[in-house]
Amino acid sequence: MVLPSIILIAIFVYGFIGWTARVALSKWDGIRPDYTWVGLENFRHLLVGQGTTARRFHIDLWNTFFFTLLFMVACVVAGLLLAILLDQKIKGEGIFRTIYLFPMAISFVVTGVVWQWIFAPGTETRLRGVNALLHNMGLDALRWGWYTDTTSIGPFHVALIPVIIAAAWQLTGYTTAMYLAGLRSIPDELRDAARVDGASEIAMYRRIILPMLQPITLSALIILGHISLKIFDLVFTMTGRGTGFVTDVPGIFMFETTFQGNHYSQGAAISIIMLLTIAVVVVPYLIYSFRREVEL
Amino acid sequence: MTQRLNPMRIGIYLLLILFSGLFLVPVYVLLSSSLKTFTEVQDLSRLWSPPSGLYLESFRSAWFGIPEKGLRGLGPNLLNSIYLTVPATIISSMLGSLNGYVLSKWKFRGANVVFPLMLFGMFIPYQSILIPLTQTLRAMGLGGTLWGLILVHVVYGIPITTLIFRNYYAEVPTDLIEAARIDGAGILGIYWRVMFPLSLPGFVVVIIWQFTNIWNEFLFAVTLLQKPELQPITVALRNLAGSQIKEWNMVMAGALIAAVPTLLIYVLMGRYFIRGLLAGSVKG
Repeated sequence: MVLPSIILIAIFVYGFIGWTARVALSKWDGIRPDYTWVGLENFRHLLVGQGTTARRFHIDLWNTFFFTLLFMVACVVAGLLLAILLDQKIKGEGIFRTIYLFPMAISFVVTGVVWQWIFAPGTETRLRGVNALLHNMGLDALRWGWYTDTTSIGPFHVALIPVIIAAAWQLTGYTTAMYLAGLRSIPDELRDAARVDGASEIAMYRRIILPMLQPITLSALIILGHISLKIFDLVFTMTGRGTGFVTDVPGIFMFETTFQGNHYSQGAAISIIMLLTIAVVVVPYLIYSFRREVEL
Repeated sequence: MTQRLNPMRIGIYLLLILFSGLFLVPVYVLLSSSLKTFTEVQDLSRLWSPPSGLYLESFRSAWFGIPEKGLRGLGPNLLNSIYLTVPATIISSMLGSLNGYVLSKWKFRGANVVFPLMLFGMFIPYQSILIPLTQTLRAMGLGGTLWGLILVHVVYGIPITTLIFRNYYAEVPTDLIEAARIDGAGILGIYWRVMFPLSLPGFVVVIIWQFTNIWNEFLFAVTLLQKPELQPITVALRNLAGSQIKEWNMVMAGALIAAVPTLLIYVLMGRYFIRGLLAGSVKG
C-alpha cells in the first residue's frame, strides 16, 4: 500500500536528483537540452573561475554563511528568551503566544512585501520606511541604506541585516514553540527540588533547565539551518539579488540563471552544491534520530 | 502558589509587551497602509501615521486590478490558490494517512531504511529537482497547468504527511489491530474499520499543515506556472510588488488578502497548527 508513495519518492526525489546531477555535468546552455559530458566544468566555473559567475557565487556562499549563522543565533536566543518568559505563569499567555507565533502562518512572500516597505531607505529628499521614522524622531545619525547599502565588513554585507531581521521575525515563533514545549515537559518537582537546595532562579536555569533543552536546540538548529541554506522566496520578494549581489543567495542565482537565462547546466550545478550543503547537516541528524528511535 | 506583583514580574510583563509591539509592527504597516487612499499613501510625511479614515478602495483595486495602469487584480489568483490547495491538501493527507498506518503498524522488512530515505525528501532544496520536474511535467502534458502543480505538491507532501501520521498512529494500541485481525480483517479492512475512525485529530493537524504550506508556497508555482491568469496568489502578489509603479496601498491590501486564509486557520486552530509544527522536527 505504501508502494506507490515509495515509487513516487524514488522517482521524484532520488531519480530527479540523479538527473539534475547529470545536467550539472553537461554542456546544456540554452533552451534545448544538451547532455554532452563536460565533467566538473560547471562546478569549476562556479568555484574557482575568474569571471563574474565565480565572483557572484563566492558572494552567495558568504552571504549564505552569514545569513544562516545570524538567523539561527537570533531565532534561538529570542525564542529561548520568549519561551522562558512565557513559562513564568503569565496572565494572558495565550495572547502573547498567538502574537509571537502568527508570522509562521503567513507566506514568505507576504513577509517580504511588508519588510521591503519597512526597510526601504528612500532618497535624501524623499525618505521612506524606518529612515523616515528616524528622521521624524531627530535620529538622522542612525539612517542608512538598509538592504540597499553596499558596505561590507570583510566578506559580510551589511545589507543582509534587514533580511535577517525579517526572517527571524517569521521564525522566532518556531523556536519559541519548541522551547516552550520542552519547558512544559520538565516536571515542576525538579525546579522545586533545586529551589529547596537553595539554588537561585538564574542558577537553576543555567545548571538544570538549559542543559535539558539541548536536544531541542539541536533540532531547532537543523530545521532553521536547512531553511536558511535554501532560502529563496523571502529574499527574492524583499530585495532580489541587490546591487553588487549584496543580498544574493544561491537560490536566487539558480532560479535566475536557469529559468531566466536558460543556463541549465550552471543552474543544476548550483542546486547540487545547495543539496550537498544541506545533506551535510541533515543526513547525520536523520541517522542520529533513527538510531535513537531503534534503541527505544 | 499565587504570584505577587514584584519588580521582577513587572519586568517580565514589560518585556513580553515590548516584544509583542515589535512583532506587530508589520501588522500595523499592513493595516494602516492598506486602509489609506493612494494620495495618502504617497504622502511620505505621513508614512507611519494611521489612515485618516477607513478607505477600502485599495482592497477593491487589489481584487479587481487597475486596468488603466496595467495592474492585474488578485481575485482570480486567490481562486487559483483555492483550486490548487484544496485538492492537493486532501490527496496528500489521504496518502500520508495510509503510509503512516503501514509504516507504524506493519513494519515490513526494510521499513527502517525506506522511511528515513523518504523523510530526506522534505529537507532537499527543491532547486535540485526543478529542472527534471519541468521537463517531466511538460512530457506528461501537465506543464504550465494547475494539475501539474497539484501533483507536485502531493508528491513532495508525502514525507511530512507520512511522518505526522506515523507518529500519530504509533500511539494507537496494537491490541486494537490484533483484535480486528482475529476477526478476519485484512490490512485495508483494519485501516477502514479501526484506524480511519480514530484519525480525525491526525487529519486536522495534517490538513492544516498542508493547507498552510501549499497556500504559502512560491518556488514551484513561480517556476511551473508562467501564465499570469493561472498563478496562485503568492506569485501574483510578488509580481504586483515587483512592478515599476508601486501602489503601496494596493500592494498591502493584496498582501492582507493573501495572508488572511492561513491566518484565520491559525487563529482558530492554533493548537493543531503548533502540533504539526512540532511534528515537523522529526521526533516531535
